[in-house]
Amino acid sequence: MSPPRTLFEKVWDAHVVHRLPEGPELLYVDLHLLHEVTSPQAFEGLRLAGRRVRRPELTVATVDHNVPTDDRTLPVADPVSARQLEALAANAREFGIELFDLASPQQGIVHVIGPELGLTQPGLLIVCGDSHTSTHGAFGALAFGVGTSEVEHVLATQCLVLARPKTMEVFFEGALGPGVTAKDMILALIGRIGTAGAAGHVIEYTGEAIRRLSMEGRMTVCNMSIEAGARAGMIAPDETTFAYLAGRPRAPEGARWAMAVARWRALRSDAGVGCDARVTVDATAIAPQVTWGTSPGMVAEITGRVPDPAGFPTAAERRAAERALIYMDLKPGTPLEGLPIDRVFLGSCTNARIEDLRSAARVVRGRTVASGVRALVVPGSQQVKAQAEAEGLDRIFRDAGFEWRNSGCSMCLGMNPDILASGERCAATSNRNFEGRQGRGGRTHLMSPAMAAAAGIAGRLVDVRTWSGA
Amino acid sequence: MTPFTRHTGRVAALPRVNVDTDQIVPKQFLKRIERTGFGPVLFHDWRYRADGSPDPGFELNHPEAAAASILLAGANFGCGSSREHAVWALREYGFRAVLAESFADIFHANCCQNGLLPVRLASGEMRELFARHTRASGRYDLLVDLAAQTVQDEYGFRAGFSMDPYRRDMLLRGLDEIGRTLLEDERIAAYERSRI
Repeated sequence: MSPPRTLFEKVWDAHVVHRLPEGPELLYVDLHLLHEVTSPQAFEGLRLAGRRVRRPELTVATVDHNVPTDDRTLPVADPVSARQLEALAANAREFGIELFDLASPQQGIVHVIGPELGLTQPGLLIVCGDSHTSTHGAFGALAFGVGTSEVEHVLATQCLVLARPKTMEVFFEGALGPGVTAKDMILALIGRIGTAGAAGHVIEYTGEAIRRLSMEGRMTVCNMSIEAGARAGMIAPDETTFAYLAGRPRAPEGARWAMAVARWRALRSDAGVGCDARVTVDATAIAPQVTWGTSPGMVAEITGRVPDPAGFPTAAERRAAERALIYMDLKPGTPLEGLPIDRVFLGSCTNARIEDLRSAARVVRGRTVASGVRALVVPGSQQVKAQAEAEGLDRIFRDAGFEWRNSGCSMCLGMNPDILASGERCAATSNRNFEGRQGRGGRTHLMSPAMAAAAGIAGRLVDVRTWSGA
Repeated sequence: MTPFTRHTGRVAALPRVNVDTDQIVPKQFLKRIERTGFGPVLFHDWRYRADGSPDPGFELNHPEAAAASILLAGANFGCGSSREHAVWALREYGFRAVLAESFADIFHANCCQNGLLPVRLASGEMRELFARHTRASGRYDLLVDLAAQTVQDEYGFRAGFSMDPYRRDMLLRGLDEIGRTLLEDERIAAYERSRI
């Protein structure tokens, strides 16, 4: 009998083409996702070396990072962005790669459309030149971000050379309380283990609170694995996974579907198998989380206060916290609840799926955005947008004073015109509160969609569990 | 790729933890479709004030750091986005090696693809290097030797580091990884046949 294996080991082992004499392994990639920002130099490298794309049919491209989210009938105003979008279109044509461009009703953030189209499936090895590729691990795929040189390597060889990472189990014990979401789970974890806490590891998330999450929630958790330093995050597929995938355009059909599901059921860690590290989190004790600093690990409960840098254990952490508080213009001891905000961003590959918009819309319904606050909803894909419109969510947001946009990465990283002005404070559903991430001098507080929506209505950070809407 | 065997150079120190790739190259510069042109925007928002003038307080703008080619960095250097532009910027600026207690995984891989040597040292060794850099008022040089896997200065500091043999060999010989993988074409084809 073969020794028990983890979910990660099963997927990894199934993709080993060859073990190189020096130790790392040559892994086969099942699905390679591309976007406009990290691919042009890879295609240029192929051209210079006279190489072809080995498996264009396993490669799918979309535009998301720098696309405008306003009127799609107008040309892209920024000529440098337009040039990058044109480069991807030309490369896709030249190398025979499917592209979901701005005219496509399936365009969207790469980590939203992969699952939505059913391209993302359990057991696959998925890479993309984007760190949030970890999102796809929610389906029991092994999915991680790579740099442009490795994008070129995968284009040319359909393989990647990688040393086997270590494994970490993160066990969420018990169920979440009301008003607490997947976003709060992952932020609480990062707050606990730190932004390098899972470096060199692939995380497998387990436990009741994970099992109870929808696929959207699981994607939110896996998405921010990278913010804990992990190479990837994974969740074993189950009935929730299969129900999400059934009938998706690129999912198997008919007899192939039944065979696929039977195969996918084996994708779970065997009983008695151990990981290199294990963390247990009491899910029942998690409160809504809000970041106060410039790293996702600088996070606290909404009922908490801005910490005093003097309380951090090491000199490096004290310096980092001091810098962060200067940048964020916050004083130690200030309650997070009540902190006034200028902007709201509902969007990103972390939290712009239909369930995220529904959750925010429930808070917004019948209310209006506080005066002086500018609020933006950027659906994760054109299909999410269409679904939300079919459900009337767009009306709820518009009536409340939110701007309703087309899909893209938008203000998560501000490569397009959606950016914060210097000094503006934003309640954001995205994944990174780095200095300048949303615009130079902009101040980002990460939180769940319901919390960000409530902040927009109240004009300040509130605890969505106790907030009455006043 | 430019091989890396050994390198002696001026040290610049950036004693901050969790320096993310958004700081190394801010997003407004990611629209270029070339691998070049990123050196001038390295650490842009830290290096230049809002009016575009250099910020004299930023470590790389200190006169002693003018020709630095070795960067001392804080733990978890290069975290966040996978943008290889961060490594291209460090290389184009003139850095050949980055020394830190730890690196983010994707950044570390990107360094190895571009001949920028990521050297992991123990936290005590990093503290010592930062202290020596400060004591020398920034006029501090180091020798980084990948063949011997050592870092040393001329005043008696010497530390060994480890590097996985595959990446070390690639860096020492300046190999094209794609060319190397294509040598395994038969195995890749056999794997593809086995899965049909």
